[in-house]
Amino acid sequence: MRARRSLTALAATALLIPLAACTQNDVGAAASGGNGPTTLTVDSSADACAVSATTAPSGTVVFSVTNSGSEVTEFYLLAADGLRIVAEVENVGPGITRDLVLAAQPGTYQTACKPGMTGTGQRAEFTVTDSGIEVGPTGEVAEQLATASTNYVAYVQDQTEQLLVATEAFAAAFLAGDDDAARAAYASTRVHWERIEPVAESFGDLDPRMDLREADVEPGTEWTGWHLLEKDLWAPTTEANGGVAYVPLTAEQRTQFTDQLVADTLDLDGRVHADDFTLTADQIGNGAKSLLDEVATGKVTGEEEIWSHTDLWDFQANVDGARVAFEGLRDVVAAKDAELATTLDERFADVQLLLDAHRAGDGFAMYTDLTSDEVRALANAVDALGEPLSRLTSAVVL
Amino acid sequence: MVEQDDARPGVSRRAILGWAGAAAAVGIAGAGGVAAGRASSPATGAPTGASRVYPFTGAHQAGIVTPAQDRLHFATWDLTTTSRDDVIDLLRRWTTAAARLTQGLPAGEFDPGAGPYDSPPDDTGEAADLAASGLTLTFGFGGSLFSTADGTDRFGLAARRPAALADLPHFPGDQLEAARTGGDLAVQACADDPQVAVHAIRNLSRLAFGTAAIRWSQLGYGRTSSTSTAQRTPRNLFGFKDGTANLMAEEPEQAEEHLWVAADDDAAGGASGGGDTAWMTGGSYLVARRIRMTVETWDRSSLREQEQIVGRTKGEGAPLSGGTEHTDPDFAAGGRGGEPLIPIDSHVRLAHPSSNGGARMLRRGYNYTDGSDGLGRLDAGLFFLAYVRDPRTQYTPMQTALARDDAMSEYLRHTGSGLWAVPPGVPEGATMGTPDGAFVGQGLFT
Repeated sequence: MRARRSLTALAATALLIPLAACTQNDVGAAASGGNGPTTLTVDSSADACAVSATTAPSGTVVFSVTNSGSEVTEFYLLAADGLRIVAEVENVGPGITRDLVLAAQPGTYQTACKPGMTGTGQRAEFTVTDSGIEVGPTGEVAEQLATASTNYVAYVQDQTEQLLVATEAFAAAFLAGDDDAARAAYASTRVHWERIEPVAESFGDLDPRMDLREADVEPGTEWTGWHLLEKDLWAPTTEANGGVAYVPLTAEQRTQFTDQLVADTLDLDGRVHADDFTLTADQIGNGAKSLLDEVATGKVTGEEEIWSHTDLWDFQANVDGARVAFEGLRDVVAAKDAELATTLDERFADVQLLLDAHRAGDGFAMYTDLTSDEVRALANAVDALGEPLSRLTSAVVL
Repeated sequence: MVEQDDARPGVSRRAILGWAGAAAAVGIAGAGGVAAGRASSPATGAPTGASRVYPFTGAHQAGIVTPAQDRLHFATWDLTTTSRDDVIDLLRRWTTAAARLTQGLPAGEFDPGAGPYDSPPDDTGEAADLAASGLTLTFGFGGSLFSTADGTDRFGLAARRPAALADLPHFPGDQLEAARTGGDLAVQACADDPQVAVHAIRNLSRLAFGTAAIRWSQLGYGRTSSTSTAQRTPRNLFGFKDGTANLMAEEPEQAEEHLWVAADDDAAGGASGGGDTAWMTGGSYLVARRIRMTVETWDRSSLREQEQIVGRTKGEGAPLSGGTEHTDPDFAAGGRGGEPLIPIDSHVRLAHPSSNGGARMLRRGYNYTDGSDGLGRLDAGLFFLAYVRDPRTQYTPMQTALARDDAMSEYLRHTGSGLWAVPPGVPEGATMGTPDGAFVGQGLFT
């Protein structure tokens, strides 16, 4: 596992809004048919919010917001009541232009710029006329997203609970010197980690302690976590170890590193059970995309588990996590972009079919047992899934 | 047939391959050397594209502050000889050829379509109808020239190795391939025509057979940095402008501080330190990194994520704190909730001189695409080239921070690496092409 930016850092405040506030005026997929989007410009200066038109036809509308003032600004499209936020862009620095793209339904709205990010902003009436274009369903999206969020948080909590139990069992075998049992438990334990990897990574301090690969260790810092124990269990030859004879961990080191792994797992479990632990729709969607990135760059290349070669277990677990994320959001996706939902159904099934062909016993064949053609087929299927999956977030929150 | 050719008056094989031939070739520049003869001409007009010619001689080697050309062929060699004289001889022959090639002349005495009929042409010929195209050839010496990994001093140079030429450390995430890393000698060939750059490396390699063999080479296109304020900032394969804050040719004082090794760097404990390293005065250090970009996963990331990782807008290249491309980033600027507009783990913040003790570098990298990887992904990325006065203070600390904290690391893999001492230029007016003529790096061998 490589260091990666946290999910929370990427969470977009703009994208939190639909979940909480957008019940009647949620916007559908940008199905503008044969008509292109309507582009309006917005000039947000210190004392004015100049929108290039006061009306636009329903369908995809682009507000190209330029900040000509000297303070950071925000732009909102509000419902007629001036309270409910339909869509927004935030953190537009002076001189910068950023697009707000939305599928606008017919109705009356307010536009608002908020230079300095305070106050009620400079407001004006805005009307979306009926173009006859089907914009998308209204209704229960917010409720569906809230349910998706609740369910995914429960899934994450269930996985950390299972991870904790399995890690403790793994640790007991490892400490008892029962390496066969530890090896047998290694991959099936890590599955619970890999299913929720982006969430675990969002806690920036835990991931490097628990899941760092040797090549990613910074000189002068101590290598800890799963892959250190992996190397000890599948001790490399001198040749495979860069010409240096591998020195097994001492009993003391085994205790030290195992204790830390269990403690960190307990810590992780505690954090996802905290009252304030939430996952928004965009975080879930981005997490699904991240899981497929993990497969594409780490698992299908055999780089994640370079000593145990249990990459296919991780592969399956990443796909599991992504599929659960998608399935939680599927009703929303299907309503807004039915074709995307169908494509994702098919592509998940394609990947699963290929993975199933490599099942062996309770798990999977070693990565090193795959032919190059088989690896290539897996890589193709992962890329075929990853591409549409990268559109999941925008399909859900737009 | 050979005898017939050898018998032709004035054109013996020895004359072509030996010093007599080279001396004759340089006869064209009898006054003031090859470069000086041609170099001044482009300055008078406004040469564009193919007709551009840069002087080979000067206080510093060309190809550093020279406005970055569009194309690159970079190559490194390992010496196959153990003879110091062979090394000197190679550098002399390379210098002579480089002085010719950079002026748009063929590598040897004869044009590719001329010369003894039973002898291979002096010049390989593929650049015969092409102009100089702004070709520069820049030579560097790797640490292994001075002492090999096991401490062998093949050429009696170990005591002359600058401390600044210490091997780069392992950085977190490095996945270096031996076949793309290191090399006793390196040559950076830059030109506005790719065939001119490749032609230069090919002909230099030909001169090296028996003394040195190519270890690895790298083609690059689409320069990713500006080295002159007159150049538009180019884009890297992430689609973002790159090198906006680069050291520019128009900043001679900055170049003195950050780029050129000074005579007193030894005393200051800077670039040198220990041993006789005065030969590097006026030189610079070249860091090369082959950085593969996982463009497929990058392309699936949202515009929001891309801009947050880079810290600049994708269109204009403005820092997220506001302004336009060349506006200084305001790292203190906060957005909603007090979060910094330029994220803590963004590339522009971590790579900025203000995060690196004011250290700057002259970047001269190129995009590369070396086919695909067998899994349906492009083997593409950035061939990072940077010149610094002291890599220990200007590169290693920054790369350590980037490798650890940069959000962009998720999409990068460093697959090749090298560090070379780039000696000063052959002085203007020096005689080249004779058995005792001037050559690049001469100070190291005297």
